[in-house]
Amino acid sequence: MLKKSEFGTSIKVAPKIILLIFILLIVILFSTGMGYIEISPLEVIKIIIAKISGDNALLHGINEIFPYVVYDVRLPRILTAAIVGGGLSIAGVVYQGILLNPLADPYTLGISAGAAFGAAIALLLNITLLGIYSVALFAFTGSVATLFAVIFLSSSDGRLSSNNLILSGIIIAAILSAGISFMKYVADEQVSIIIFWLMGSFGSKTWPDVSLTFLFVSIGFIICIFFARDLNIISLGDRSASSLGIDTTRVRLTLLITASLITAICVSVSGIIGFVGLIIPHLMRFFVGPDTRKLLPVSALTGAILLLCADTITRAVLTAEIPIGVLTALIGGPFFCYIFKRKRRRTGG
Amino acid sequence: MADNNVFDINNISFYYGKNKALDNLSLAIEPGNFYGIIGPNGCGKTTLLDITVREKTPSSGTIQYLGCDIKKYSRKGLAKEISLVPQDFYINFSFTVKEIVLMGRHPFIPRFSSPSSFDLDIVNEVMEELKIIKFKDKYITELSGGEKQRVIFARALAQNTPVLILDEGTSNMDIQYTLNILDIVDSNVKTKKRTVVAALHNLNLAAVFCDKLVFMKSGRIVHHGSVDNVLKEENIKDIFEIDNHIYFDHYSNSKQVVFKRKRLA
Repeated sequence: MLKKSEFGTSIKVAPKIILLIFILLIVILFSTGMGYIEISPLEVIKIIIAKISGDNALLHGINEIFPYVVYDVRLPRILTAAIVGGGLSIAGVVYQGILLNPLADPYTLGISAGAAFGAAIALLLNITLLGIYSVALFAFTGSVATLFAVIFLSSSDGRLSSNNLILSGIIIAAILSAGISFMKYVADEQVSIIIFWLMGSFGSKTWPDVSLTFLFVSIGFIICIFFARDLNIISLGDRSASSLGIDTTRVRLTLLITASLITAICVSVSGIIGFVGLIIPHLMRFFVGPDTRKLLPVSALTGAILLLCADTITRAVLTAEIPIGVLTALIGGPFFCYIFKRKRRRTGG
Repeated sequence: MADNNVFDINNISFYYGKNKALDNLSLAIEPGNFYGIIGPNGCGKTTLLDITVREKTPSSGTIQYLGCDIKKYSRKGLAKEISLVPQDFYINFSFTVKEIVLMGRHPFIPRFSSPSSFDLDIVNEVMEELKIIKFKDKYITELSGGEKQRVIFARALAQNTPVLILDEGTSNMDIQYTLNILDIVDSNVKTKKRTVVAALHNLNLAAVFCDKLVFMKSGRIVHHGSVDNVLKEENIKDIFEIDNHIYFDHYSNSKQVVFKRKRLA
């Protein structure tokens, strides 16, 4: 006989979530202390508490530049990196679920190409209408426009099939890539700025970046969790899912827009960071299985931890800063090859 | 009160682009019967079944479930009435067998709730009945085609609905499990007064198990009625354009169809 606990969703995964939250906090604490100026974890804690409580007595005996370094320079960057890591992983889980394809990632539907296209236009034409946020805003607009172009192209008779979505995404991404290449070609001295933006960076992030990404990612996460069980059932195929009472088109569209907005905001603030959204959900499926209700929180936390670690490596460990997008691809790519090969051996298919 | 028909299908047509898949088709499905839908590939069987589960909406005509327009039911409401075993059952993610079968209870479990012990009892019962309990913890991606199909079938049975739609639900199973499943379906019809509509390719199995047969060709129903009335040599010849011989077989206690090689005279 099956016991109720065998089906339990919260029971087995709760300790893992608590552990991951704990690890995330530790990583945030230590990475804040790391860098050109070394600050001990204890001092970091004191500075943060002093900032929150306004009790400046705690800062006694701490170098007076430290609070500035911790609060204004490092924490915004660190938190942005963690939130983007979580956001890209959530988007990855959702894309793989709605496209019924474990190889999908947040960029499969050309969201990144759209963002890159928008950013390239802003950089090329030197648009500074909205100050430092011009590029991010253009990138965001580019990715959202791409999303709706993909949805428009792939819908037929009010339906949204996963094959059509993937195909439309690839076509539109290809067109946009050609556009980006053309802009690079005509860009002259701006070309290095475009290339640098495309490779991604968390440098010079500010508190508004943190709050904006946090807002999008957390609202997105709640929507995705709301539809998590429906997403599980969609993996049975459209006909089975709709015979189980699921409006597959509505669920798919809602989740598609949600995951894409999460991706768009992440790309706009940080540039294109590959492999996180592909690998994290994959890796987490080994640990918690394919149930989206477990996969979403666990992937979000692990993604946050890993991207923060990667960013800390480029910022504080390596002597020269490597673009974060390059680093994640350099580490993530071979790692993905390894788990891909291992998994195939295990299932024999 | 007179029993309503399960389905009243009135003059429905369905087009894929310009191709007509169903042509002004009407059919009444009476409760407590096992219907076999028979016809050549591409005659519109799957389209007809898709319309009965509202996976597709007819281009013209109406379909009523228990005397009420099927459009008036909510999706969840309909899922508590009608379950479907689809023809294709490719699953890309490594859910375990029991997780898949439990998905059949989805319409009955409110959002963010855990399955009740009633839900779990049904899942257990169905897994026992279909002899898949021994690999309940295996991943669906590791099973053979026939095993997968039994799991998908169990998922539909776990839905525990008055109406069950089978679209070639036994195509990948060996004869032992095919009989096992058709027996289960049959006992659902006889003892629980359920209604089953099944697209079947095997004429002899249809003859043994079905109460009524519906013969389709080119999107139309050409013959329908009890097995005795419609399973005739000229009807088979008409539908499939093959020579055949039909006789009453005492071992299976039903009519059987046999064929012969064309070359032999």
